[in-house]
Amino acid sequence: MTSTPTPTGAAAPELTKRQQRRNEKLAERAADAKTKLSSPWASGVAILIAILWTVPSFGLLVTSFRPQQDISNSGWWTIFSDFQLTTANYEEALSRGLGDGFLNSFVLTIPAALIPISIALLAAYAFAWVDFPGRNFLFVAVFALQVVPLQVALVPLQQIYLAVGIQGSFWSVWLSHSIFALPLAIFLLHNFMKDIPPALVEAARVDGAGHVKIFFQVLLPLLVPAIASFAIFQFLWVWNDLLVGLTFASPENRPLTVAIAELAGTRGGAWYLLSAGAFISMIVPVIVFLSLQRYFVRGLLAGSVKG
Amino acid sequence: MTSSIRRGRGMAAVVGTAAVALVLSACSSDSGDSDSGSGDGGDTAASGEIDCSVYEEFGDLSGTEVNVYTSIVEPESDQQKESYVPFEECTGVTVNYEGSREFEAQLLVRLQAGNAPDVAYMPQPGLLSTIVHDFSDQVVPAGDATVSMVDEYFTESWKGFGTVDGTFYAAPLGSNGKSFVWYSPSAFSDAGYEVPTTWDELMQLSETIASDTGAPPWCAGVESGDATGWPGTDFIEDVVVRHVGVEGYEAWYTHEAAFNAPEYVESWDIAGEILKNPEMVNGGLGDVTSVATTSWTDAGYPILDGNCYLHRAANFYQTQWPEGTTVAEDGDVWAFYMPAMNEDTKPMLVGGEFVLAFDDRPEVQAFQTYLASADWANNKAKATPGGGWVSANSGLDPANLGTDFDRLVWETLSSDEYTAVFDGSDLMPGAVGAGTFWTGVVDWLTGATSQEVTDSIEAGWPN
Amino acid sequence: MDLINPDTPGGKILLMVLAIILFVVVMGAILLAVDRPKRVPGWVIGLAFAGPAVLMIAGGLIYPAILTIIKSFQNRTSTEFVGMDNYITAFTESQFQIVLRNTVLWVILVPLVATVFGLVYAVLVDRTKFEKAAKGLVFLPMAISMVGASIIWKFVYEYKPVQGNIQQTGLLNQFIVWLGGEPQHFLVNEPWNTFFLIVVMIWIQAGFAMTVLSASIKAIPDDIIEAAKLDGLKGWGMFRYIQVPSVRPALVVVITTVMLATLKAFDIVRTMTGGQFNTSIVANEFYTQSFRQNDQGLGSALAVILFLVVIPVIIYNIRQMKKSEEVR
Repeated sequence: MTSTPTPTGAAAPELTKRQQRRNEKLAERAADAKTKLSSPWASGVAILIAILWTVPSFGLLVTSFRPQQDISNSGWWTIFSDFQLTTANYEEALSRGLGDGFLNSFVLTIPAALIPISIALLAAYAFAWVDFPGRNFLFVAVFALQVVPLQVALVPLQQIYLAVGIQGSFWSVWLSHSIFALPLAIFLLHNFMKDIPPALVEAARVDGAGHVKIFFQVLLPLLVPAIASFAIFQFLWVWNDLLVGLTFASPENRPLTVAIAELAGTRGGAWYLLSAGAFISMIVPVIVFLSLQRYFVRGLLAGSVKG
Repeated sequence: MTSSIRRGRGMAAVVGTAAVALVLSACSSDSGDSDSGSGDGGDTAASGEIDCSVYEEFGDLSGTEVNVYTSIVEPESDQQKESYVPFEECTGVTVNYEGSREFEAQLLVRLQAGNAPDVAYMPQPGLLSTIVHDFSDQVVPAGDATVSMVDEYFTESWKGFGTVDGTFYAAPLGSNGKSFVWYSPSAFSDAGYEVPTTWDELMQLSETIASDTGAPPWCAGVESGDATGWPGTDFIEDVVVRHVGVEGYEAWYTHEAAFNAPEYVESWDIAGEILKNPEMVNGGLGDVTSVATTSWTDAGYPILDGNCYLHRAANFYQTQWPEGTTVAEDGDVWAFYMPAMNEDTKPMLVGGEFVLAFDDRPEVQAFQTYLASADWANNKAKATPGGGWVSANSGLDPANLGTDFDRLVWETLSSDEYTAVFDGSDLMPGAVGAGTFWTGVVDWLTGATSQEVTDSIEAGWPN
Repeated sequence: MDLINPDTPGGKILLMVLAIILFVVVMGAILLAVDRPKRVPGWVIGLAFAGPAVLMIAGGLIYPAILTIIKSFQNRTSTEFVGMDNYITAFTESQFQIVLRNTVLWVILVPLVATVFGLVYAVLVDRTKFEKAAKGLVFLPMAISMVGASIIWKFVYEYKPVQGNIQQTGLLNQFIVWLGGEPQHFLVNEPWNTFFLIVVMIWIQAGFAMTVLSASIKAIPDDIIEAAKLDGLKGWGMFRYIQVPSVRPALVVVITTVMLATLKAFDIVRTMTGGQFNTSIVANEFYTQSFRQNDQGLGSALAVILFLVVIPVIIYNIRQMKKSEEVR
């Protein structure tokens, strides 16, 4: 998340030059790559961890394609000797109106990821670069509020939403998710902001740039990887959340997670459908991760400032 | 199980009033099956006509809405919704149905926030009394029309379960019979086993099967997510009421007698002769400990592949059998009455949901009244052709019920031969009935003695 | 169109777009307002930038936290004050002592182990040919909902007896049986069952640790790596003397974040054991007491205990921040 504290260096070089240097470095690294995993121990450990982390999910994937009777009578690994697959679980799960849940999850998740990040960015900027009385105290308080579990806010928030008249709508879910995400988002983004060499900001100030200009033209470009990383995590957390959706969304607005939890039936007898349900709801987060993975690379200020 | 004298009065012939003309063709949710075996009660098409005149006293209801919150989710919720259609057509009220598997916790969240639904179906009288006590400003006693329906169609004891501190709040909705032992008739006849009719015969049969097969004859499981333990409390209650009698059972759940009085501890031990005896459990599922970890929904399945012969579970276990299982007296599975220990009484453990209102608007009262009527019970039965639903409503025509097994349960519930006693843990304070009693059963199955468990439940009984 | 509760798919999407536009417009207005006039005092700018966040946090977190603290000194329906009774119950009853013990185990083990796995893995696959795929595999559990995770692990821990034609359905017991052992009740036998539940949380959180740490390993300036190589550092030495110290600030952040997430999470316990067999943790117990037993007093006291458990972690973090301030 944070890089080493960098001593103040020169102002930012031009973009093209930076780009060039970065490409050179990447080429060098690619050349290094072959030599890196020469140790068989290292490869062994890496492969072992990968297997440990993957096998349980693979088991669920296989299970979701097995007939109900087989699921409770034999292990999923027996498909290698006795090959019997069915899409019955998926058909049953999809026949229960998961389409609505899918749409609702999107409608709930996108603003619930965008709103807290924007608000947190502004707040983090203020805590990092604007001098105002009580700044440090406020920042520490915001950070400390991460300890408040969302369970204690379920009832008080619902009272507020009732008073305003938005309980059960999308608005209440967006707001709740935004509130619960803010302390962590402000804390992480503030860490990033602090790592940006003050010289960059000072130089812009000398040129007469206002706060908005500094924020959008100097800081934001450097923060893209950080914002993207947090956005991905927030997207996953909101997408997979059950409790907030359960408490603040009305039946018409319920997200996919709530719809899937209901698949088990009134008395929980159809729990085997949850295996199919879990994979249906996983598709989107996996696509998001795979397509945005490149934002996780090369941290923060890669190549911009050298100590 | 002998058949009983039918007390049910034949359904009064429905008089369609001129006030509201029923347009049958407008019924959108025709259950699709031909109206099978409508009794001689005089009811008509599958959509079910109801006597609208009853609801006229509530005034003009068209355009109003009633919000219902319950723990009944798909697919059972579809049958619930279908059974409201005649009422909606007759009164013009729209019923908004919301079911959630997280009903118990979410209802409390809503009540604490002052966001009560209009109507909620209480799964236990214990929760009903907790809510009536803790949220007295939000609950509404049942109206006169509902009370007269309940007086007409339900026994005093059922009315009592919906009463808190002398005030009647909630009429029964569906009802369950819990004192059943599931078995496989085909396996029994192959091996030449007879259905036991006394407790001693039951225990002898268990020993015979154990020695014939060399494996435990009983299968059991009490795992049920965050409600783990409840199927075990049902077993204990069945033994308590058989061992100490109905009066002693009442003293037990009302806490007039100590939870750990000697006769109750003995009852746990008698239950333990089956549930904690490695010779007896857990057929096809493992050792005694596995009773605590096996999901109650799957616990009867070993009967299907011959690994188990006896499984004590409520009537609603009927719907848990995998698709393609024949539930019939000579089929794959069937259930017999869990035998009594003495000749005088045959206790039948019962359970059910209760309709509690949080608003006294006329449409809410009308809906509550409808749910207590014979009209609703018959409509619900017709909306559930696959079976798995019974009511203690005496106006219910058993011919409308979905399966033979439902009819057997209905006979048991409405017969004088059996004494209905309500599920005790459902009547105890929530801290016990949905708390320490559940955990106590789990501890007991995983090693604690009957004395230790009953002592700790007694110690934790709220004052 | 109903702007509070649209009921058509198109309406929902439209509402989402409108909400985002509305949000952007309001934010833009705030920014322009403070940027335009010259000589704006610092507190106005601070208010404009941090105001929305502080307002939301005050309504959604501070207010509930204060309510919770007040309720923790009241009876179950918050009608009268009972002093410290709820806290006495929470600390003296044996069942709650076990809950506190379990919570401490969770809070210590999950962050440490998940971070170690995440860090080691990030270093091992760094700059290898299959880096992306390898990271994807460990990240996958992050994408699975808790409901999915509990089903997955059911098939790891499930117990079936060795009897006749019965087959194991739990992977771990299948291995034990293949090796000639007796199948175990992983989720029943104390105190190990708590560790088996902790494993599930580690499995979920390691992906987060790996992703964050991997990014900060890549941020280590090349010349430092080059210099270390010239000094003859390889593999373990590089890890021990260069990579770990360089990502230390990131390690603190990751451990803290995972710790706070662990403390608040109760889904795993709730879905896998329901808190039975002495596996409950404070977050789960809070939920049970508040929303199953309707004992708001005891529930709130448990939540306050939750706040207190984290305070040392928070203080440590604040001191770290102060230190890094001084470095600048």
